[in-house]
Amino acid sequence: MKYQILKKDKLDFFISTLAKKRTVMAPVHKGFNNYSFQKVTSADEISLHYIPTIIPPKKYLMPQFETFLEYDKTWGENMKTVVESEELVLFGVHTCDIEGMQALNVVFSDRPKDFNYLSRKDKVIIIGMECNDYCDEYASCAMMHNFMPDSGYDLFFTDLGDYFFIHVNTHLGDEIVAEAHFFEEATGKHYMDLRDLHDKKRKIFKNEVGIEYREVPELLEKTKDSKIWDEVGQKCLSCGNCTNVCPTCYCFNIVDEINLDLKTGKRIRVWDSCQNESYAAVAGGENFRPERSSRQRHRFFKKFKYTVDRYSRFFCTGCGRCSRTCMAGIDLKETLKKLIEETAGT
Amino acid sequence: MKLELKDSLYALKRGKILRTRQLTDQEKLFEIALPEGQSLDHEPGQFVQVSIFGVGEAPISVCSSPTKRDSFDLTVRNVGSVTDALHDLEAGDEVGIRGPYGKGFPVTYMEGNDILIVAGGLGIVPLRSLIHYIIQNRRDFGKVDILLGCRTPKDMLYGDEVEHWQERMDVNFSCTVDRVDNEPWRGNIGLITSLIPGVNLDPPRTVAAVVGPPIMYRFVIKELLKKNIPEKQIYVSLERHMKCGLGKCGHCQIEQFYCCQDGPVFRYDVIKDIKGAI
Repeated sequence: MKYQILKKDKLDFFISTLAKKRTVMAPVHKGFNNYSFQKVTSADEISLHYIPTIIPPKKYLMPQFETFLEYDKTWGENMKTVVESEELVLFGVHTCDIEGMQALNVVFSDRPKDFNYLSRKDKVIIIGMECNDYCDEYASCAMMHNFMPDSGYDLFFTDLGDYFFIHVNTHLGDEIVAEAHFFEEATGKHYMDLRDLHDKKRKIFKNEVGIEYREVPELLEKTKDSKIWDEVGQKCLSCGNCTNVCPTCYCFNIVDEINLDLKTGKRIRVWDSCQNESYAAVAGGENFRPERSSRQRHRFFKKFKYTVDRYSRFFCTGCGRCSRTCMAGIDLKETLKKLIEETAGT
Repeated sequence: MKLELKDSLYALKRGKILRTRQLTDQEKLFEIALPEGQSLDHEPGQFVQVSIFGVGEAPISVCSSPTKRDSFDLTVRNVGSVTDALHDLEAGDEVGIRGPYGKGFPVTYMEGNDILIVAGGLGIVPLRSLIHYIIQNRRDFGKVDILLGCRTPKDMLYGDEVEHWQERMDVNFSCTVDRVDNEPWRGNIGLITSLIPGVNLDPPRTVAAVVGPPIMYRFVIKELLKKNIPEKQIYVSLERHMKCGLGKCGHCQIEQFYCCQDGPVFRYDVIKDIKGAI
């Protein structure tokens, strides 16, 4: 275990030094309280306090469009298998999004291992940033136990007023600290400040829904046939926004893109959404989730039940993006609360 | 940065089409060989992803027995862009192949038991692999009953093979059609469920393999349970549109199961309570 501090006025030295050797991505304000992970070269471009970015940093591990085969008709039915990857530093990642990336790691390292994903993941350095308070009212990170850092980062920054407290979690993180000469050893006072913040946070972050997350699978099992799903379905527009912005949604489609020469082209992986009507359709017209209610229910079950059965892991990080982005006002916390209400007394 | 990836899950093998046969207006049979006499090494009930560059990939059941090792057969109905493009291919053309994927029929467990095969419509395609396997290893199985149902006589696949199954003394074969449109037909007319009561079974030692359209499962399984075949001895194969075949893309998900890995062949008791599974 190694702990360091970085004075706030040194942050710009740190970021610009980092950006000289590496590509650094960090949250940048895009206007109207919207944030996005973008390439930065200095600290003043970065928003240190931000609500979850529109698209989570999963876009670096699992890009929306990703080439994995290239072909040329003159080779016959032959191809080149490729991976697109880049050495990146993600700076300022919140604990919810770190959890999201860990969930994706589980999916893609489950056998058969997906080396397109894994080789990209191996090139990413993650520097986390602690949330001292709620980002906004949509988050449910306390329910999901994700408001405190635990793992999944190389370095973790905590804003303690005029300095950052830094947890050096990996050797890679240590190398970065060693490269920049602006870090100092953390001392007793700094540990006290951190403990005070964590005590304060425990008072701020309270279970937002009123159910232990371990009990959610059972809640869903009990309310499988609830009419609440019909109500959610009636609101839903099947736009797929909720799944696109979700840090753990990994479903995809595979499509061929042929070049204008009609000879060469590529096969790509592209994000797909279980909310699209054709998602569970098969040849011959059968569709296994034709109603919006069944697709929304599928989404909730995928976050809180099926993935728990399969990977022993919840696929909701509590980031609140799905509720924040929903044009129809479908709210994850509200939906869970309604389901709890319905089962009350049973 | 773009690098060549050696262990890509999406790498394809070149499959050379040796022969094709138009089975009906909609279905065509392809015999495909892998390079250098490589065997596909599949189990009855497994599927492959067939690829045509510029069009895409489609999951197709292998319909030949694993005992046929130098090539394998696919029966393809032209219902989508990839299958349409496949229908334009002839002997000598090439396709890309990945797989085999999924869990097939548990043939070693089935050995020593009586076998009841119920095929409705295109369900005969994956079951043909199992039937060929059983016939080739005939002495390892008990009594074998095959029930086949299709819409009309002209929809029947593998007509010459069906005749052969009918003639064999070690297989009890019956078939029925839903209706006859002015064609000569001397067999049964009616739904496939009508054939089940007439089959003479020893339920505790019977393993049933049932494949057909979703609607067929509900009625056929009801009949099988009426015959006292235990739920654990009924196997079904479920159709989903598997895009990756690797348990990742989510298209074939049936609750906690990925049809492409945990299936497509499922034991009935495992999936019977799942909403929308069949």
